[in-house]
Amino acid sequence: MKRPAKRIEKVFHGIFLGCGLLSVFFVVGISAYLIISGVPAIKEIGLVEFMLGQLWSPSQGQFGILPFILTSLYGTAGAILIGIPLGLLAALFLSKYAGPKTSRIIRSSVELLAGIPSVVYGLVGMIVLVPAVQNAFSLSSGATLLAAIIVLAIMILPYIVNVSATALDAVPQEYEEGSLALGATRTETYFKVSLLTARSGIAAGIVQGVGRALGEAMAIIMVAGNVANMPHIFGSVRFLTTAIVGEMSYASYGSLHRDALFSIGLILFILIVLINVVLNLIVRKEEK
Amino acid sequence: MINKKTITSIGCVVATAALAFALASCGNSETADPDPQQGGETSSELTGSISINGSTSMEKVIGTLAEQFMADNPGVTITYDATGSGTGVECARNGSADIGLASRALKADEAGLESITVALDGIAIIVNEECGVDDLSLEQVTAIFKGEITNWSEVGGSDLEIACVGRESGSGTRDGFESITDTEDACKLAQELTSTGAVITAVSSSKNAIGYASLSAVQDQEGIKAITVDGVACTEETVMDGSYKIQRPFNFILQEGADLSATAQAFVGFATSAGAQDLIRAADAVPVK
Repeated sequence: MKRPAKRIEKVFHGIFLGCGLLSVFFVVGISAYLIISGVPAIKEIGLVEFMLGQLWSPSQGQFGILPFILTSLYGTAGAILIGIPLGLLAALFLSKYAGPKTSRIIRSSVELLAGIPSVVYGLVGMIVLVPAVQNAFSLSSGATLLAAIIVLAIMILPYIVNVSATALDAVPQEYEEGSLALGATRTETYFKVSLLTARSGIAAGIVQGVGRALGEAMAIIMVAGNVANMPHIFGSVRFLTTAIVGEMSYASYGSLHRDALFSIGLILFILIVLINVVLNLIVRKEEK
Repeated sequence: MINKKTITSIGCVVATAALAFALASCGNSETADPDPQQGGETSSELTGSISINGSTSMEKVIGTLAEQFMADNPGVTITYDATGSGTGVECARNGSADIGLASRALKADEAGLESITVALDGIAIIVNEECGVDDLSLEQVTAIFKGEITNWSEVGGSDLEIACVGRESGSGTRDGFESITDTEDACKLAQELTSTGAVITAVSSSKNAIGYASLSAVQDQEGIKAITVDGVACTEETVMDGSYKIQRPFNFILQEGADLSATAQAFVGFATSAGAQDLIRAADAVPVK
């Protein structure tokens, strides 16, 4: 009786192990592929020229991706700057002020917001937001970095709200009660006690938001204009992601142009990993 | 009106989604290579499959032709991967597709290939209905896209800054437009979009915008108008007789002296036959003759 049970246990252990290793395999596989296909073009172009060149014009043999890198960084930073205050205040309301009914309605709409496909964000942005930006600032074209930042900010909002609200919910009630008993108002308590206690959870939400904003392509390809300019808030810009998507379908096989697109992928990958590592280190340090 | 916009938008989504698939599509065609064993049977009925790969602009034409050809010959399957003219030429060269498609003439360095013109496509210059301009000369179009003319009032329109909307590097439409208007790598664009639908939507939603798109794509669209170039409107007749200047060929690309299967040969013959002209017209392109 004992033996077959043990054997089954072992088999299942193996299956679970296999499933666990599968994602490791995927990560390693994708990283290896990116490096193998991304390095040759960088070698051919030269790392410095590739990373710091300001002109991207494949047909003229110019492969400088500094405009894309800066655009991605500025775009993400802008989205985070708008997204954090909005998201935090929304999370505070949900966690501390809202009654159960209001909270349920708002939370489900936030979840819905997270479930909207990015191409739909892009579509709405293109038809509604881009003309609005154009009119508001009397520009000749509304497809600008600003439009992209607004779309990204809305897209990362649900991540920040959801994760922060959960973290705020987990703040021990005694902390808040203690603060209130000492004479602090509710607002003071929430800002000075609750937010501080929940900071590592909130930081996790922001990390998710940064990852999403940096990696987004479909939504911003429709609102950012996609011209390889150095970033300007009212200028047409191209992100690292959209640089790949936009030209991949037409870049001919085996050309330096195509290889350079893979190199952009590699740089984007490294950038996301770096930012995640740094942010996670900060969060860990805070926790200690 | 709202419906119309929605339809354009859906086209946009489809086009964007198609991008994602385009990545893998060239490789797919290998599975659809014709089976030489089957072709050996001496019956008059055609069997086997034809793989076609290339220009996205030719999608509608090829779709219509392939549908009719498959209906006439039930034993034949035609697979078509809409990737791009560059990929189409490459696939014809390395043999991963039976027929490559290119919406441009072969370049000088693309040797060892032959092209067969199946249809013509006019590239219409589109502007927003409210920009106040109906006609531009070819030189004016060039100057606008090069950034030398920056306001619609300079060419007789309203006092609005001009925003040029173009296609991404490598697009057949862009290549066609830039080579005809002599603006290669010199365009000062406000937006670079990755599909015809996106260009039309962008132009229809901005009074400042000017863009270009296939003749077939701009007919009966709300909010935009195709301007006349040197006084010639972009229509089937003017493209066919060559008086409309901004036009390009839709080509089949074959390996020179390639050992094409009987089925593929029959399809090439069918596409260039007189009977296909109406189908090409139905697919919004312009027949060669």
